[in-house]
Amino acid sequence: MKLPIYFDFQATTPLDPRVLEAMIPYFTEEFGNAASRSHSFGWKAEEAVETARGRIASLIGASPKEIVFTSGSTESINLAIKGVAEMYAEKGRHIVTSQVEHKAVLDTCKHLEKLGFEVTYLKPTKKGRVTLEMVEGALRPDTILVALLWANNEVGTLNPVREIGDLCHRKGVLFFTDATQAVGKVPVDVEKDHVDLLCLSGHKIYGPKGVGCLYVRRKNPRVRLVAQIDGGGHERGMRSGTLNVPGVVGLGKACELCQTDLAKDAEHTSSLRDDFEKRVFAALDHVHVNGDPEHRLPNNSNLSFSYVEGESLIMGIKDIAVSSGSACTSASLEPSHVLRAMGVGDELAHSSIRFGFGRFTTKEQVDYAVEHVVQAVKRLRELSPLYEMVQEGVDLSKIDWTSHQPGAAKV
Amino acid sequence: MAYSDKVIDHYNNPRNVGSFDKSKPDVGTGVVGAPECGDVMKLQIQVEGDRIVDAKFKTFGCGSAIASSSLATEWIKGKTLDEAMEIRNTQIVEELSLPPVKIHCSVLAEDAIKSAIQDYKSKRGGTS
Repeated sequence: MKLPIYFDFQATTPLDPRVLEAMIPYFTEEFGNAASRSHSFGWKAEEAVETARGRIASLIGASPKEIVFTSGSTESINLAIKGVAEMYAEKGRHIVTSQVEHKAVLDTCKHLEKLGFEVTYLKPTKKGRVTLEMVEGALRPDTILVALLWANNEVGTLNPVREIGDLCHRKGVLFFTDATQAVGKVPVDVEKDHVDLLCLSGHKIYGPKGVGCLYVRRKNPRVRLVAQIDGGGHERGMRSGTLNVPGVVGLGKACELCQTDLAKDAEHTSSLRDDFEKRVFAALDHVHVNGDPEHRLPNNSNLSFSYVEGESLIMGIKDIAVSSGSACTSASLEPSHVLRAMGVGDELAHSSIRFGFGRFTTKEQVDYAVEHVVQAVKRLRELSPLYEMVQEGVDLSKIDWTSHQPGAAKV
Repeated sequence: MAYSDKVIDHYNNPRNVGSFDKSKPDVGTGVVGAPECGDVMKLQIQVEGDRIVDAKFKTFGCGSAIASSSLATEWIKGKTLDEAMEIRNTQIVEELSLPPVKIHCSVLAEDAIKSAIQDYKSKRGGTS
């Protein structure tokens, strides 16, 4: 078995070889600019782009004309939220989102707050879910947009998107969902789910990095956006710039594969994930699942190993590539904002690891992970003063902990 | 994050892991840090006369925290209490090549040494 083993499929995925194969001609012989109308090089590139657009639309139940290509989800999120805010500012200046969104949403909302918009950040349940009631309670006459994750990138919790979408449509508020983690893992249908704007990213679904798209509803209601990148009016005026044709082709192929393999992938990853969790729980005590076991992505397992610090655990399983929290925030020493918003104590948040299972994960790799995770946790608990105290019957919550105060903590 | 070879060595082969009976009169115990901050160090010393004859630690924390406390036990063994009080966190930073974000680990290790000595001295009824 080749080491290290990749268990961080929420951060990114390897390119599916079938995707790579589809992309290759568009780097070399079919190099045309999809916007060139005067020769066959351009026509062929345009044809390839339109085929891809159709495949993406098909995966999410949209019409091809509703797909706007971008560089990925971060750009799509910026375009959706800023584009709506700018277009509908006269109608209202209030946006509803949640505390467990990706930083791309949170930072974009903060930017808009500086421009005078008001943002409500909903606090999710302990399982990381935003409920219909929470959204309903936050809507105001001047609310123009509800922006919520479909599936959380850290804990994999699925929001009740269909109910929230239906509510937004009844109230005449636009509904944007960041479906970056959900697409290809769970069924997504923008019609049945009442979604007005949706983003997805190629590299999360075995496609290339640097390409993604924004779905923008064209009727019932017709969503209008102010472009955030100007310069030629590509993509129906919503996103200028020469299209990344090989990337777009790859995204299209990746979506096609997700559509044909959705059930198979979900079954494969969830059975590996469930087996992993079952065996880890059998071997170790004081392990907690973060998230919602009932409404969870099939490929996600976010576990807290009490009394073991996450970074030291990652160091102890060096041939298993995982992350604590999201990769975008792992440079900081702060515990994850998602776990914090869910009310997971900082102590458990420091002990959390996210495992991701993918299309190419094997049973053998999971066996290796179980063995090494269990071994590392046991070793670090032998080293842990907290585990020792708990074994002695000490209630950790009763201790007057102090940081950097010599002699102050009495046990 | 890349760890220095010395941090990795202490992480893989921590020195002096374990516990003494903290109720014994010749044992001093220091517990510093907090679980919600992601670091807790317990450092214990066994003293004969004014000399630290043995030391043990247990640490909940990142690799650098484990290495800092492991190194601290190594350094204080055989030292007098006064000599051990002289150990500065900057020496730990230097020895382990800790990056700036990990300096707090060395501060905690210095605090743990001082806290253990203080505990021992207060048990003896001496000044601290």
